Amino acid sequence: MITRIVEIRKGVLKKNDLLAAELRQRFREAGVFTVNLVSSPGTGKTMLLEKTLRALLHAGQPVAAIVGDLETDNDARRLAASGAPIRQINTHGTCHLEAEMIGQHLSGLELEGLDFLFIENVGNLVCPSSYDLGEDIRACLLSVTEGEDKPLKYPVIFNSADVAVVTKMDLAEACEFQRDDALRNLAEVRPGMRVIEVSAKTGLGMKEWLAFLNEERSRRRQAPPAPEV
Amino acid sequence: MHELSIMQNVVQAALDAAKQSGAKRVTLVRLRIGVMSGVVQGSLQFCHEVATLGTLLEGSRLEITELPAIIECPACRSPRTLPNIQSFRCPICQTPAARLLQGRELEIESIEIEIAEPPAQEDAP
Repeated sequence: MITRIVEIRKGVLKKNDLLAAELRQRFREAGVFTVNLVSSPGTGKTMLLEKTLRALLHAGQPVAAIVGDLETDNDARRLAASGAPIRQINTHGTCHLEAEMIGQHLSGLELEGLDFLFIENVGNLVCPSSYDLGEDIRACLLSVTEGEDKPLKYPVIFNSADVAVVTKMDLAEACEFQRDDALRNLAEVRPGMRVIEVSAKTGLGMKEWLAFLNEERSRRRQAPPAPEV
Repeated sequence: MHELSIMQNVVQAALDAAKQSGAKRVTLVRLRIGVMSGVVQGSLQFCHEVATLGTLLEGSRLEITELPAIIECPACRSPRTLPNIQSFRCPICQTPAARLLQGRELEIESIEIEIAEPPAQEDAP
């Protein structure tokens, strides 16, 4: 037997990255701004999304959402009540969404007519960080009930985010939420990241969140097309 | 825990390369993993054993080179290695630094394979 070394030098997630790049191209051509929502389970992704969909539809902006869960279509049913088209992905044990799953669940969605497409990832602060879904921005949520040091415990995903949304602000006082600590920890792991504090329940901060989404969307529309991968 | 699906991707890429090179067996797989890649080395080692069963890679070793996070300090205008990933600041001047130069890598570097000896050349009659 002869022993030989074969150089490969290839990204392990190359296939996902290529599919994500194709999706990104497709979203940009259609003029739809795509937001990937990531957080722990129970941070309030679905609640924030529900209120966001309603507010945008109310303002005359067409929106749709894809929601990932291990099991059940509970979230899809909740979100569909807003009137927006919703697609549910059940991953049956997989702890994150992959670009291929997004591609498979776009059929029937009129991307050209949409202002925004939201992707609610599986509740998990570890695995979704490795998978590009072709989104324009990644929003990482942190609720006041979770502890101010979450960003330090999960720096990889917070560092990969474009915006942090602090949720359940109506409970801040009851939870003795240390706002300064939380903001400092977010800045430590992702210097300069925009932080928006909201309560989807009371509506606090929702105006700022919606304005942010629209600002980012118009900025992206003026930007040059995404480079080919 | 997404290390098993990551490892299945590694095995597939290694198998493709091994078959192209006419390998009888793969004895070593070398990965380069950044500390910001979001995967756990210990879990990868465990999943390597499971994912390679019944393939040309069965019994192979997994060698992982860990790559530290390197940022570009906006004040020093130099690349700096972060001692930990809880603080994205220049370790020299403490300036916050958002730009990551290295640390997200998740790459197969190379494999070591065994191929059959070529048959001995016979002299023409």
